[in-house]
Amino acid sequence: MAKIRIATTSLAGCFGCHMSFLDLDERLVALADLVEFDRSPITDIEHCTNCDIGLIEGGVCNSENVHTLREFRKNCKILVAVGACAINGGLPAMRNFIPLEECLSEAYLDGIGVENPQIPSDPELPLLLDKVRPIHEVVKIDYFLPGCPPSADVFWAFLTDLLEGREPSLSYELVHYD
Amino acid sequence: MQQFIQNLAEKNQHQVTHLLEILREIQARYHHIPADAIEQLALLLKIPRTQIISVVEFYSFFTDSPRGQYELLISDSITDHMLGKKNLMEYIVSKLKVGVGGVRSDGLVSLDNTSCSGMCDQGPAGLVNGHALTHLDRSRIDTIAELINQQIPLADWPAEFFQVDDNIHKPGLLLSQGIVHGQALKKAMARGLKATLQEIDQSGLRGRGGAGFKTAMKWQFCSEEAENERYVVCNADEGEPGTFKDRVLLNSYAHQVFEGMTLCAAIIGAKQGFLYLRGEYLHLVDKLQSVLDERRQFGLLGNNILDRLDFDIEIRLGAGAYICGEESALIESLEGKAGIPRNRPPYPVSQGYLGKPTVVNNVETFYAAAAIAVNGGDWFASVGTAKSKGSKILSICGDCARPGIYEYPFGTTMQKILTDCGAEDVLGLQIGGPSGTFISNQEFDRKLAFEDLATGGSFIVFNNSRNILDIAHNFTHFFAHESCGFCTPCRVGTSLLRQQLDKIVDGHGSAGDVVALEELCQLVKTHSHCGLGQTAANPVLTTLERYPELYQSQLKLISYEPGFDLDAALETARRMANRDDAGAHLAQTDAE
Repeated sequence: MAKIRIATTSLAGCFGCHMSFLDLDERLVALADLVEFDRSPITDIEHCTNCDIGLIEGGVCNSENVHTLREFRKNCKILVAVGACAINGGLPAMRNFIPLEECLSEAYLDGIGVENPQIPSDPELPLLLDKVRPIHEVVKIDYFLPGCPPSADVFWAFLTDLLEGREPSLSYELVHYD
Repeated sequence: MQQFIQNLAEKNQHQVTHLLEILREIQARYHHIPADAIEQLALLLKIPRTQIISVVEFYSFFTDSPRGQYELLISDSITDHMLGKKNLMEYIVSKLKVGVGGVRSDGLVSLDNTSCSGMCDQGPAGLVNGHALTHLDRSRIDTIAELINQQIPLADWPAEFFQVDDNIHKPGLLLSQGIVHGQALKKAMARGLKATLQEIDQSGLRGRGGAGFKTAMKWQFCSEEAENERYVVCNADEGEPGTFKDRVLLNSYAHQVFEGMTLCAAIIGAKQGFLYLRGEYLHLVDKLQSVLDERRQFGLLGNNILDRLDFDIEIRLGAGAYICGEESALIESLEGKAGIPRNRPPYPVSQGYLGKPTVVNNVETFYAAAAIAVNGGDWFASVGTAKSKGSKILSICGDCARPGIYEYPFGTTMQKILTDCGAEDVLGLQIGGPSGTFISNQEFDRKLAFEDLATGGSFIVFNNSRNILDIAHNFTHFFAHESCGFCTPCRVGTSLLRQQLDKIVDGHGSAGDVVALEELCQLVKTHSHCGLGQTAANPVLTTLERYPELYQSQLKLISYEPGFDLDAALETARRMANRDDAGAHLAQTDAE
């Protein structure tokens, strides 16, 4: 049987969700028998092609995030929002309460210690969106894995459910945080 | 200011329960609640300043930054919109030279929206420094702009601007025969209080606020509590958009309402009562105070009423919060706190105001109870249906020739009511306000009754020129604005509902968006703490059930589209980076 292809990426995130994924530890060996990784920080493949599952960490903060997200949506049968930032915008979305103009001015024009003040304007650089958005506000998302980060057990429960053909469900213990 | 606040605190005997009264006066004088005032008040009332701040932030009539010397609020009810509110607001903005939500640079005038001000039969309506304005139109706005620019005191404004009419078109069982002052009390005393409670039980009277709990049972439960101190509260926080019958009852039948409260006090053994009047009805206060004074002179209020009873009534004003119509939130507000609903049980009948047994009833309930004490239970029960006895007073507004007050026996069909009020070419009705039900023109044989169409009084008619989605949109925004913020399903849920509905109405909806909207509705409905959240999805649910194709037709034939303008979201960054290359733009959907 062909292996299930998984792609992963981090948008406006901290890679904490990816680190948590690696906490699967020895279960990664069992997983590797069933899946292979397409575009992902684990493989360094730059673009994804025909995948079964896409795991997205982080919210959408700039135009590049939008393009990446759309590439994933186009190439992944199932797209999953992983972690608080993908689901709600999370920590990066704290800037939503400050106008973008003020953020950029503080960082590049009038902040303490800024030398040669100017707003970076190289066409290579993605532009910032006025607000950080959860990913489901930009493309359709099929599943949401809550947590900051979701624990390795959450990844395991979700992926094994999918791999074994069950509708994924997370038990209360897995999404209970206090 | 220090002296003013000190006097204010003394006038209110340093009572924390009077916090809303105190803040109302500070807002009226300074057009905001200054931080210094909060500091001083915290010391005087011996409460933390954060407690005061929480109250200031909760009620929409209190502001922490200065508003204009003339605080102008325009009612945002669907009925005001039907009377041309949107255009009028644009005119006000241009005429007064102040944006919605803003204060003019000279500090003279501020402008904002406010939830339904209860003048639905005489809108577009508004409030200026808390006083109700009716029949607003361009010529009145022209005059108002002049009056404000010349800084004419409100007392010298044309009286007709503030004129509020009763518009009673169809009196029924209760409205057509009033009672003589004191008659209900005298009859009750002569009959015996137990026997009178029996009569009320016999009458089948149920709460007129909408929920319909049996009145006699409520009074009985309260009287049975093992406590010495009890309270009677009249809920006149008539905030459900489209409802204004309590305003009319209090304007023209206040004696009978107060008599009903006094009767309740006699039966349950209360010494103190409160009329919790919504802040929007400030214009009624002086009149109501003089009715109370009159009753004291007649010996129908105060000490030794009919040689049997000590009972008095105090009027307390709200400050712009729909949620305070919920009885436990109302009690919190009476205690001088933010109006956040309590956990129930314990119900107010066992632990209400200051933790003591309290009866909270609607204005119309007390009004009806007084008549029942005079005329007997059978008189009342002879009208209506098996489960809904007596009559119901409706406030009818919207697309009809004669908006105003109508009283009908329960069991009356919608068709009959529509004919009476002169409604033609009707698309549908909103019964019971936004928290109630929308019914289509296929359902006009349905009946006014708790077991069919229940309402606290709101009855809004829409004709075929109206758009269902505009209605759902207005109501959904109303709930998102009025959520008290206590529980997450309602605080976040009502905002998400607003966002999701806006997305569909604005034409950004796609394949799964109506399903997502419906799922969200169910979540908000089933998980919210109180009635506000539990009914906040009704406008969408009741219209979606009847017009699914209307919602579907808004959707685009693509799998997904963002609900916001992606390219516009890059505008600030584009401008600041001085870019306009292809990479500096985004397509709304993934068409590549």
